[in-house]
Amino acid sequence: MTIRILGAGVMGLAIATELSARGHAVELVDPQPAPGPHACSWWAGGMLAPYCERESAEEPVERHGLAAIDWWHRHTGCVSHTGTLVLTLSRDRGELTRFARRSRGHQAVDGAAIAALEPDLGGRFTAGLFYPDEAHLSPRTALSELRRRLAARGVAFHLTPPAPTPELSIDARGLAARDALPDLRGVRGEMLVLRCPEVSLSRPVRLLHPRIPLYVVPRGDGIFMLGATMIESDRRGVVTARSLLELLSAAYALHPAFGEAEVLETGADARPAFPDNLPRLRRRGATLFANGLYRHGFLLSPAVATMAADHLETGILPEFMDEVSQ
Amino acid sequence: MPVFYGTEVESALLLGTAQYPSPAILAEAFRASRAGIATVSLRREQGGGQDFWALVAGLGARLLPNTAGCHTVKEAVTTAHMARELFDTRWIKLEVIGHTDTLQPDVFALLEAARILTDEGFEVFPYCTEDLTVCGRLLDAGCAVLMPWGAPIGSGRGLNNLWGLRALRAHFPEVPLVVDAGIGLPSHAAQAMELGFDAVLLNTAVAKAGDPVAMARAMALAVEAGRAACRADPMEPRDMAAPSTPVIGKAFLA
Repeated sequence: MTIRILGAGVMGLAIATELSARGHAVELVDPQPAPGPHACSWWAGGMLAPYCERESAEEPVERHGLAAIDWWHRHTGCVSHTGTLVLTLSRDRGELTRFARRSRGHQAVDGAAIAALEPDLGGRFTAGLFYPDEAHLSPRTALSELRRRLAARGVAFHLTPPAPTPELSIDARGLAARDALPDLRGVRGEMLVLRCPEVSLSRPVRLLHPRIPLYVVPRGDGIFMLGATMIESDRRGVVTARSLLELLSAAYALHPAFGEAEVLETGADARPAFPDNLPRLRRRGATLFANGLYRHGFLLSPAVATMAADHLETGILPEFMDEVSQ
Repeated sequence: MPVFYGTEVESALLLGTAQYPSPAILAEAFRASRAGIATVSLRREQGGGQDFWALVAGLGARLLPNTAGCHTVKEAVTTAHMARELFDTRWIKLEVIGHTDTLQPDVFALLEAARILTDEGFEVFPYCTEDLTVCGRLLDAGCAVLMPWGAPIGSGRGLNNLWGLRALRAHFPEVPLVVDAGIGLPSHAAQAMELGFDAVLLNTAVAKAGDPVAMARAMALAVEAGRAACRADPMEPRDMAAPSTPVIGKAFLA
């Protein structure tokens, strides 16, 4: 039996990879021939930062997110395991205290330690938090690599669903599955990509700010991805001037050289989320829905893929499954 | 309980709907707060916020849309028009920001926008300072509620100008007064109610607490305590100590 997976974004590719690695035959259906801007995972930051995310996310995000680093390493080999640095401007020191109190897995770092970790930020910050066990990846590389390895194993990718209807389908269409999942909503995120050869960073840096939370993820070769806004809107399309202003001014505060950067790309998309911002598995007869990764596409897709595979193999009802019907 | 434009609400707590970790926690916090009014913004969602607005409408509280994020009269008036269409209400919390760092209201633009909107039939809840003259002008413009700040929005600093807020209460004894913005702790909310304010409006203090639901409950209790205390006619502070038990007959001269 070949299991059909609808949607080749991060959710669909992760499930296909997990099932294929366990010896199941799978095929993917996606109207687009390759990972690209049609999928919200294309625009992701790719931070594997379960501890930092816990500051505003529910407990399962940290617990399941921890396993993601190893999963992505095994299946793509393109994880940078260099931790996360969290900083704040001296005016906003209270934000750092709060962030430290609400997360674990960190060590306090002073100006010298910050300079040792990130020489280009030396002398600019006197206090921060370092999360040594966190990691990051380049989403576009990782998605392409999952797809390449699946194809190399003989997994078929279809642009339209071939006949006949399979015995079992997994619906991983993200926000497009709102036709079947009415409690799914879109949460808008915006990002931009800069080239700034003057600045070199080894790990994602988060700048805490009372209004504008910023993260900067190094992609290598002087390229940086900046994110991210969280707006309760399902509007996709281009980034707004205000979000650009906010992200750039925060980046400029992190390092003035970002003011001289080239803006290579801007983008915005809507991420699928359920009311508690946690993912869901729903079994309806011959269809298993996997959706609602919210801002945790790369952090939680391995856990959801593992749960989906466990469910299909053993019939167990995993943690994120809230519906089973015929 | 407070009466705004002829409508009595069941609670003296007005709660904002922004910045919660998730809509599920927002809903739970609302239940715990027993807030009678939910404020909701529509500036930043750019017409794609229907799902979120539907969630807010499902909270069971009366909706008070706001013009948060507006910096000009024109923006505020346009946003008010959108809000009336979207939420089918004449109520509008009018916010016109005058300073980007402190987010303090531009009281000149506020007054102008309040005039336009009341003329159009809106029932305006103006976010203002505690300035007596400004407040008087807002009432002249047709506002029948005043919402002075306690401290800058999101600062959690409590009531910065106790004297000013007390003077406002004394000056306008019949006008519903709401402390809007600056509340960080339940004690701040209780203090506003003890001053005789009709209600408090807060958002960040609950949404950004480590446990928003527990903080919502704490705020509900504080507002109730402050309101009850105000109606109980509290004693005046005095310099002379006065024993609460009689001392006659005891060897107090020994």
